Amino acid sequence: MSLGAVNTGLTGARALQAAGIGVLLILPFLGGSDYFMHILIQVLIWAFIYTSWALMGRLGLVSLGHGAFMGIGAYTVVLLWNFLGITPWLGIPIGVVLAVLLALVIGFPCFRFRIVGHYFALVTLALGEVVRLTIIALRDHTGGSLGLTPNRFGDGTSWYALQFADKEYFYYIALAVWLAGLGIWVLVDRSMMRYALIAVGEDEGAAASLGIRVTVQKLRITALSAALTALGGGLYAQYLTYVNPSIVSGVTVSLHIVFAVIVGGMFTAFGPTVGALFTITLSEILRISFGAQIIGLDLSIYGLLLILFIIFLPKGILGSLQDLAAKRAREAKAD
Amino acid sequence: MLELKSVSAGYGSFQALFGVSIEVRRGEAVAVIGPNGAGKTTLMRVISGLLETTSGEIAMEGRSLLDIAPHEIVATGIGHVPENRRLFPRMTVEENLKMGAFAPAARGKYKERLAFVYDLFPAMMERRNQMAGTMSGGEQQMCAIGRALMTGPSLLLMDEPSAGLAPVIVQQVFDLVRRIRDDGYTVLIVEQNVRQVLKLVDRAYLLEAGTVKSGGTAEELLGSESLRKAYVGI
Repeated sequence: MSLGAVNTGLTGARALQAAGIGVLLILPFLGGSDYFMHILIQVLIWAFIYTSWALMGRLGLVSLGHGAFMGIGAYTVVLLWNFLGITPWLGIPIGVVLAVLLALVIGFPCFRFRIVGHYFALVTLALGEVVRLTIIALRDHTGGSLGLTPNRFGDGTSWYALQFADKEYFYYIALAVWLAGLGIWVLVDRSMMRYALIAVGEDEGAAASLGIRVTVQKLRITALSAALTALGGGLYAQYLTYVNPSIVSGVTVSLHIVFAVIVGGMFTAFGPTVGALFTITLSEILRISFGAQIIGLDLSIYGLLLILFIIFLPKGILGSLQDLAAKRAREAKAD
Repeated sequence: MLELKSVSAGYGSFQALFGVSIEVRRGEAVAVIGPNGAGKTTLMRVISGLLETTSGEIAMEGRSLLDIAPHEIVATGIGHVPENRRLFPRMTVEENLKMGAFAPAARGKYKERLAFVYDLFPAMMERRNQMAGTMSGGEQQMCAIGRALMTGPSLLLMDEPSAGLAPVIVQQVFDLVRRIRDDGYTVLIVEQNVRQVLKLVDRAYLLEAGTVKSGGTAEELLGSESLRKAYVGI
């Protein structure tokens, strides 16, 4: 391929991105139903959370407990609002800080004592459950398994309370946050931290012998991932105006995150977004087709698909498509 | 330059080093020879801070290395070429080299040092975009040495650079070590290939079962009857 062709390829991708963002920006004016907007907002918020998970997951730090960070983000904002009247504009950052603190408290001993791979996954799995059970145990304030609704402010539309009767507001907020998540992905992707963490993943001892501060590097990416996940959790709580331990925390949520990212592809920026689009569309189709007749069917299908994906498409939908495109391009070049 | 005074260390309840004292002076090439399990690799890991000592003192240019982290030890000018090369196999040669210049202090000199390493090892320049794990053993050793040089060391620790390599390649690797030496680096090398390494260094220590059994100039050790019988096989 000549340099010129590379350049047109790049401008082509840029143009496509710009067009995509343009379509997303005018989408609410195209007269889609509330249901359609609801699905879109869900996809954007979850895509952001999945991207946050994949920031560390792709570098070999597989967490099965991100529900912990999401739960902290979601519950902190609602509890502070309901009991102390603190605006979500402060509540969300406080939730983010708490999630980062938890990530550091759990991460430091794990990384310092070289708990990696499956053992790290198990520690995080336990962490997710501890947070979920803590939420349930504090039922006097959190409402236990029944969940909690943030108090309504005024007529239900207020920037101060981050509550909106119309879906357009949340759509734009979610869109902005999702784009910011992709931006952070790109920044991390270009950083030396990414190389360092790949090196650490391949050979921790060799990386340390070169002066790479293994513990510090791992803590940085974990804290970043936890912070963004908590932000996603807080936003999700504000959007649903309802939180409940099983929808924002615990093993189910944590595993959902991992599943969606694996399906979409964790090694490319849009992979987690494709995962969100795929899983949410799938669960909606299953819900509409079967309703409540076969409860849990979607989860069974998820499980089955996960097995198939891990065996046949380990790079996920987007990753595999990109490999295919690269192969085509090579073949075309060879002809 | 580097001084170890009665250093002891081990893994859990197993003690691998018993009061080891060695010294490396600036501009020297020094070898630590000895059989398998003598504690040679442990010695290297202790110097790099990858393993903590249980007692004793280690100092680089008069500065104690005992309570400082591995990345700070690298900053004092100690570069480590680990045993079995330990490259990052799924990173390219250039990315491996880049990792050697990861420390903030080294980043500013990245380009300059990269040019230096490519100048020293033109083969690495040719293979810069190849995955490190797909190269031959000798090339991997070259890359591992280059990666350690990227940290900007004045003292290079080399842990069994000839291990696991074909005899022809072993010769090439020792030639590399000689070039590094002639370039003005101080070298502390651990080897089982006693005959070869003694041709290369100024002095050597014989390590057995975690203690220094003897030491002296390369000629003295080559002249020692017992050492020749046990390790050189002639």
